[in-house]
Amino acid sequence: MTNISFPEPTITAVSKPFWDKINEKQFYLQQCNDCTQWVFYPRAHCPNCFSSKLTWKETSGQGKLKSWSIVHRAGHPAWQERTPYAVGIVQLAEGPSLLTHLLIDEQELRYQLPVQISFQQLNERLLPFFKRKGSK
Amino acid sequence: MVKRPKGAIIGIGELKPVRYSEGKTTLGLIAESVQFALADAGLTKDEIDGLLVGPQVGETPQHVPATVSEYLGISPIMSNTVDLGGATGAGMVWRAAAAIEVGMCETVVCVLANKNEKGQVPRSPNRNPIREFDVPFGASGANTSYALLKREHMELYGSKQEDFARIAYWSRKNALKNPKAIFYDKPVELDDILRSPIISDPLRLLEIVMPCAGGAAVIVTSEEKAKQTKKKPVYLKGAGEKITHRAVSQAPAIDQLPFTYSIPQALHQAGINGEDVDLLSLYDCYTSVVAVQLESIGICKQGEFGDFVRSHTFDHDGDYPLNTHGGQLGFGQADLAGGMSHIIEAVIQLRGEGGDRQIADVKHALVTGNGATLSETTALVLGGEQ
Repeated sequence: MTNISFPEPTITAVSKPFWDKINEKQFYLQQCNDCTQWVFYPRAHCPNCFSSKLTWKETSGQGKLKSWSIVHRAGHPAWQERTPYAVGIVQLAEGPSLLTHLLIDEQELRYQLPVQISFQQLNERLLPFFKRKGSK
Repeated sequence: MVKRPKGAIIGIGELKPVRYSEGKTTLGLIAESVQFALADAGLTKDEIDGLLVGPQVGETPQHVPATVSEYLGISPIMSNTVDLGGATGAGMVWRAAAAIEVGMCETVVCVLANKNEKGQVPRSPNRNPIREFDVPFGASGANTSYALLKREHMELYGSKQEDFARIAYWSRKNALKNPKAIFYDKPVELDDILRSPIISDPLRLLEIVMPCAGGAAVIVTSEEKAKQTKKKPVYLKGAGEKITHRAVSQAPAIDQLPFTYSIPQALHQAGINGEDVDLLSLYDCYTSVVAVQLESIGICKQGEFGDFVRSHTFDHDGDYPLNTHGGQLGFGQADLAGGMSHIIEAVIQLRGEGGDRQIADVKHALVTGNGATLSETTALVLGGEQ
């Protein structure tokens, strides 16, 4: 482990419930009470229908890989010591897409690969990384 | 008649990009750029009554119009900060024309510049929500974002590394005819691009712009006043703009990116189609950005830019002259001023001042700008006739 610390999420009043659940190894997102769309990243309103009636609910933690990149030159010195590593965009089963760290070997990466959440500790914090569905 | 902003570019000023600046300030580079543009237009600073500036990360992040006005010694009656990343320059031109047309002012200077000191990269302190939901996962900076976009295109459409490399190849080839370009005297072959170091797979080093110091300014005035000036005016014929997202993970589908609106809208306002364009001056911070734009102009089908770049030539006397100044991939990117280079090359070509890279019979140029990750997009059609 390096002495340079990894950049931690800059948590806001609106996103705090998301990170509190992550700390309990649970993946909660907001769902709109009015139009039923799921929302990511956490917001004070639904960006689809502009309703303010959002409810935090547990999600499947599953999705499909939309894109990925093997980072050789990281934008942060702490991450540079981990290169090469994979990041990607996962389209969650509930609809929204997010950017995440992938715990998948380069030769296994493919478009629409089924993936699932894998909570990983970095510094003092748990983060929602993703791995190949069914892998250990 | 399609409603559109009207105006003309009558002056251009551009500093030669340098890798690192020493003993320079961003405000100083702004002043130098404006001096060149005024000299080109044959105007004095007292004839400037409008000012558009960009945000300056690390130096003057707020109150930019007031700070720049004071520094230049001007008192504009219309001023604003345009904050569209790489689309800022193009966004300024139509905003200037719109302000002139409604009578707020008559002659606007649009200026962007940036110092670049070795070992001193200015950073915004907080860029939520990207800072909260991308950076902690190991995805900092634009390289990875554009790599993700490129990978998606390759997976969806079967485009190849070589297709993207060809875009960089033509930029570097064209840069050999522009003494101002940072890669003026550095020729590369397609293989050099394909073998350059992997930065964020599938993106390689020579598909990415070189960060530079520099600056650029353009002067926009009314069509009426443009007739009295010393240089051949270049007219704004159409503009289109669309903003959809900030983080690459929140981008619309690859065939619905905002250029699919802004480019056709600019062509529509100008009353032309893609095949009528004589110069493609397309924002090229990365090869993947040019790929998606080529598919939005109506000159090649969605997903087929690879076939298109394989079967055509793109230098000043090629089938589709593209970024004849070298693009930013060949010219260098002086931060926000990099986007200005596409406007300035269009003006040079439409005036007929291109020298040994002059395009024959050039009537219309399509100029684009792109900020964040294909998030903020602006397109302009510029023409040599009113």
